[in-house]
Amino acid sequence: MLPDLPQAELIELFRVMLTMRRFEEALILATKSGVSVGHFHVYIGQECTGAPALSLLRPDDTIFTTHRNHGHVLARGADPGRVLAEIMGRATGYNSGKGGTLHITARELGVLPTSAVVGGVVPLATGAAFAAKQKGSDAVCVCLFGDGVLEEGAFYEAINLASLWTLPVIYLCENNSEGAIAGGFPGSTIAARSLTDLPAAFRIPARAVDGADAGEVHGVVKEAIRRARAGEGPSFIEARTVRWPGSRPLWPDLLTGETDLSCAWDAARIPESHGDWHRSQDGLLRFTREILQAGRVTTGEILALDEAVRSRMQQAVRFAVDSPYPAPETAFDGVFAQ
Amino acid sequence: MAAQNFLEAIREGLREEMARDAAVYVLGEDVALGGPFGATKGLAEEFGASRVLNTPISEGAVMGMATGAAALGLRPVVEVMYIDFITLAMDQLVNHAAKLHYMSGGQIRVPLTIRVQGGAVGASGAHHSQSLEAWFLHVPGLKVVAPSNPADAKGLLKSAIRDDNPVLFIEHRDLYWSRGDVPQTVVPLGVAAVRRAGADATVVAFSRMVGAALEAAETLSASGVSIEVIDLRSLCPLDLDTIVGSVRKTGRLVIAHEAVEIGGAGAEIAARVQEAAFDYLDAPVTRVAAPFTPVPASPALEKLFVPGRDRIASAVRRLLGRDAE
Repeated sequence: MLPDLPQAELIELFRVMLTMRRFEEALILATKSGVSVGHFHVYIGQECTGAPALSLLRPDDTIFTTHRNHGHVLARGADPGRVLAEIMGRATGYNSGKGGTLHITARELGVLPTSAVVGGVVPLATGAAFAAKQKGSDAVCVCLFGDGVLEEGAFYEAINLASLWTLPVIYLCENNSEGAIAGGFPGSTIAARSLTDLPAAFRIPARAVDGADAGEVHGVVKEAIRRARAGEGPSFIEARTVRWPGSRPLWPDLLTGETDLSCAWDAARIPESHGDWHRSQDGLLRFTREILQAGRVTTGEILALDEAVRSRMQQAVRFAVDSPYPAPETAFDGVFAQ
Repeated sequence: MAAQNFLEAIREGLREEMARDAAVYVLGEDVALGGPFGATKGLAEEFGASRVLNTPISEGAVMGMATGAAALGLRPVVEVMYIDFITLAMDQLVNHAAKLHYMSGGQIRVPLTIRVQGGAVGASGAHHSQSLEAWFLHVPGLKVVAPSNPADAKGLLKSAIRDDNPVLFIEHRDLYWSRGDVPQTVVPLGVAAVRRAGADATVVAFSRMVGAALEAAETLSASGVSIEVIDLRSLCPLDLDTIVGSVRKTGRLVIAHEAVEIGGAGAEIAARVQEAAFDYLDAPVTRVAAPFTPVPASPALEKLFVPGRDRIASAVRRLLGRDAE
C-alpha cells in the first residue's frame, strides 16, 4: 500500500526510490565499463524500506548504517556525485577517499560513520541516541542493519542498554536473508524462529513488516519515531525483503537488467528470466504499480521523472570519474584529530 | 600543595574535568558506587546519576556506545574494570573509536577516554593482572598513557579528557595507594620526564617500572654507577627525542616494562632508538620485561614474573661489563 502522504511528498518519495535504484545501476554499469572500485554491496530491492523510513527524519536526527549503505545515504539527501566519488576513491568523495563504499559518512546530513563489521553500528547508534537524550534534544537515531547482526553479541548488549536507559533509537533490521529467497524467515544460521522475539525479551516493542510495502514501513517507522521523540524508548522493526538476484554474485551484476519501469503497467514487457522478481518481489515496481493504480501519477509522468533521475546519475558518474584521486600525502593525514 | 594517593588524584582529575565541561560523563560497571577501588567515589552524588552511569557488564557495547556518544560531541570517560576485560571491547575500540576520524576523512572526532587498571599484583591470576599496552600501540588512532605517580595521574588524565582522540589511560593497581604531591597542572601527552639524571646508562620505564628503575638507580649509585631514569608517561605519542637525547649522552639503554618481553613496547622503542642513535650506542639495547607466560597466580610465582629493581640493576651492570659486582 501507499503511505498516507500529500501528493508532493509521495512524488518525492518515489523520486528518492528511483534515485537509489538508478544510482546503483549506474555504479554497476560503470564498473562493467572499466571504472575500478573495491568490492561493494548494493541496496537494490530494499528501496521501499529505506526511502519511507528515512523520509520521516528531521535534519538533526542521525543514522548509522552498514556496508549496504548507498540507499540510506542518498535518502538523507547526499549528493550522488560525491557518493560515487567516495566509492571510486576520489578526493571529492564525502570522506575524501578515505572511507570508500563501506564507510561513507556525511556528518552534515546526519549520516554518522558506517561500519563494515557486522553488528558494529548497533552500539554506536545507541551511543548517538544517548548523546541526543543527554543534550535534552528530542532528536532520534535510526540504526540500519541486516539480519546477520542478530547473530552478533554486540546487538544484545546494546539493545539491553537502550532499553534500560530508554534511549531514542530505532533499530531497523532489513532482513534480506537467503532464507527470504527460500520463502522462510529468518535465515539458517540463527536458532530463533522469529527475530522479533529477541528484542521483545528486552522489553523493546518489535514488529515485522513487509519491507517491499512502502506504506506499511512508513506507518510502523512513524510510530517508532514518535515513541522515541516522546521519550518512550527504543523500537525494533524487522523489514522483510527479498534479496535481489544480482547481489548474489561476489560482485553485483545486473542479472535482472536495468529496471524497466514499464513492466509495472505492461506485463508483456516482463522478461522470462527472473519473472517473479518483476511480477511481485521488486518493491520499486510494486510501488510504481500502486502509485499508478491510485491515480496519483500517469505513466508519462513516471517516465519523465525517471528520465530526470537517470540524467542526474549520468552527471554523477561523470563527476566522479572526472574527479582526481586524493593527493598522495593525504594518506598520512588525519590519523589523529588535531 | 596537598599530598594525595593515586586514586584520590584520579578522582580529583575526574571531578575537576566534570565541573569544567558538562560534556564529560563517567560510565562503567559500578562507577556510581565508586567502582571496585573507589576511583569514582562521590562523583554520582556531586554530578548526578545522569552523568555518572552504572552500565551493564557489557564492555563491548559500553565502548561502542561511548564512541557513538563521543562522535556526537560528548566526552565520555569509560572505566573498564580490568584491562584484561578490554578484549571484550576490541572491535569497538580498534575498528571504530580508533578509525572513525581517519575513515570519515576528518568529519568525526572521538574525544573518548578509557580508564583501565592492570598489573600483576595481589595474586590475582592471569585474568586480572596483564599489561597489554603494546596491543594498542599497534593501532593507528589510539593514544596510550601510563602514569607512574599521583601528579601525573591527575595531570595526564586532564589532558586525556580534553584530547579530541580516543585515549587509553592505563593505571597500575599497585600504585593506587602510593602518595605524592599533586600540583594543579595539566600534563601534556607525549612529553617524557627525566626522573633522575645520570651518565652511565639510560633506563626507560613507565607506570610501576619507573619506581623500580629509581630503586635500581639507588642501588647502583652505591657502587658508583649513575643511571638516567626516563618516565615515558605516554607511549603514544612517544617522546623519542628525550630518549635519544639521553642515549646520546649515556651510550647505553635499558627498557623496563611489566608486559611480556616478546612483542612488547620495548621492542618498538629499541628499534626506533637504534635507527635514531646507532652510532651513539656502546652496547646492545636491553629489555627487562616479563617472561613469555600468562601471569601466574601464586605469590611465589608472581614475583618471578614481575621485573623489579634487581633485574634492572643487573641489566645495567651487564651493559657496563660489571656483572661481577
